[in-house]
Amino acid sequence: MQRYFLAKIGQSILLLFGVFVVVFMIVRVTGDPASLMLSREATPEQVEAFREKMGFNRPLVVQFFDFASRAILGDFGNSLHFRTPALPLVLERLPATVELAAAGLLMAVVIGIPLGLVGGFTPGSVVDSLGRAIALLGQSIPNFWLALILILFFAVRLGWFPSFGRDELKSMVLPGFVLGLPTMGQLVRLTRSAVLEIRGEDFIRTAHSKGLELKTIYRKHVLRNVAIPLVSVVGIQFGYMLGGSIIIETVFAWPGMGQLLQQAIGWRDYPLIQAVAVFTSFVVLGLNLLTDVAYAVIDPRIRYGK
Amino acid sequence: MASRETTPKRGADSLLDVERTFWDRLAYLGRLFGRDRSGLMGAVLFLIVVVAALFAPLIAPYEPLEQNLRDAKLPPAWAEGGSRAHLFGTDNLGRDIFSRILYGTRVSLTVGFFGVLIASSLGLVFGAIAGYIGGRVDSTIMGIVNLILSLPYLLFVVVIAAILGRSLLNVILIFGITDAPIFARTTRGEVLRIRNSGYVESAVSAGARWGRIVFDHIIPNLIGPLITLGTFEMSRMIFYEAGLGFLGLSVPPSVPSWGNMLSAGRQYLTSSPWIATFPGLAIVFTSLGMNLLGDWLRDVLDPRMRRAR
Repeated sequence: MQRYFLAKIGQSILLLFGVFVVVFMIVRVTGDPASLMLSREATPEQVEAFREKMGFNRPLVVQFFDFASRAILGDFGNSLHFRTPALPLVLERLPATVELAAAGLLMAVVIGIPLGLVGGFTPGSVVDSLGRAIALLGQSIPNFWLALILILFFAVRLGWFPSFGRDELKSMVLPGFVLGLPTMGQLVRLTRSAVLEIRGEDFIRTAHSKGLELKTIYRKHVLRNVAIPLVSVVGIQFGYMLGGSIIIETVFAWPGMGQLLQQAIGWRDYPLIQAVAVFTSFVVLGLNLLTDVAYAVIDPRIRYGK
Repeated sequence: MASRETTPKRGADSLLDVERTFWDRLAYLGRLFGRDRSGLMGAVLFLIVVVAALFAPLIAPYEPLEQNLRDAKLPPAWAEGGSRAHLFGTDNLGRDIFSRILYGTRVSLTVGFFGVLIASSLGLVFGAIAGYIGGRVDSTIMGIVNLILSLPYLLFVVVIAAILGRSLLNVILIFGITDAPIFARTTRGEVLRIRNSGYVESAVSAGARWGRIVFDHIIPNLIGPLITLGTFEMSRMIFYEAGLGFLGLSVPPSVPSWGNMLSAGRQYLTSSPWIATFPGLAIVFTSLGMNLLGDWLRDVLDPRMRRAR
């Protein structure tokens, strides 16, 4: 068991190193990071001076190890726009994004899993049809567009929820729902098919034939096995929402990391963009690691397998 | 495979017959569609979108870029104040929304089609190499694949798009390359499964060379899963393209794409909501069609993953 965890942690560290490489390379794909970060009006002298200041004229390998060794310590340089260290600016926005993603995940879990369970136990029923419709729509409706439509109805016409910003609990409802919708659909699908699959397993038939009560079978045998794949999906989806909330945050003017990224892109503030990218990846990798660990704790087959 | 003229008349169980003519296969496909209404619906929706993209200049009543400020922000034809001349109304510059949506299908389908083509080709090659050769090659390729798959996808796509700048080619390349790992992982898994299967083992023991195994056994078995995956990924790319357009990071603003239309319509959301509504509906229409089609393909092409019903 310890070996499994150590291997997973080692893997995550390797992945983090990979993230450094990717983020480092990205601002250099056009060949000249200096002209990428300065406005188009910058004179050649200004570009040259900037290149000197940022160290872009050094060999790539030297630049990379400089970048990576600072990034490990959380130093991404100063934001070009704010002229203060980049990482604290990102950390400042973290709570808002986490809050939004948590709201989205909560709604997805609270609505999606029960719908999937009922659908799996009673295929073809009204609830099942409803769940499958939500699953299909969650997959087919672009959530940033749905956000606009919901703003139009619930914020502008009915005035039930604010259309943007983050002040009271109510302001979390629309963006949270919209962000959680694709996950909700996925949870319905997954829960439903897991229930259907497990209901057909031999050990369930055995449980039936030895005369166990339905309630006991469902609770002890079916639900417990359904929970295993769900844990992994919920963990991964949380990471996906943290990194994928940029459009929704923009629509709702939600002051999170996604909005910061969108602004930083407008300012060509690449140190800040790199800080957002590395930090978000770091959080997502951490979540994936936690998910793997949780998975192994719940399901002994993973720990001892292979 | 020669078709036999003297095929015996078949009953309902003809699906099990080994020798089939082209027409038998077609009829079989038709029966499969008939059995699954939602698959049929998906195919119809998708076909409509393809027809709209191919014949946009013939169907569209106006040029997509034709401005007419006097008729700006006209509501759809059935709403109060709408005009019959503009079915879905006009946008803030008086351009016909219906025509622009028709032309928008071209951008979306181009991005989706070529994106999937690049992603699946790259994924097929690297996945097959990883699965077939194994060892260190496999762990290197899969290491890179897992790295890319564990990154927050949308965030990186947005950043890369911002750096490369707005062009159709850039968007296609971004999706084609960033989506390749999914195809590589699927291909590798399938190759491993097929390589270890009983029929490959028996082919090897019967003396078949590797070329024969690859072309006769592995590739035909890969096509089904990859087509299914391609359908879903194409729908996802159409989504993300619109999302990038919405953020102002996809094709140039002059191009009539659904994302650009959404982005422009957002500013007039409260006064003229139809400008943002219709391009969104177009995305839902397309995506719904492709998802239904994808579900159906998964059932038909891959019996192991047949949906429980």
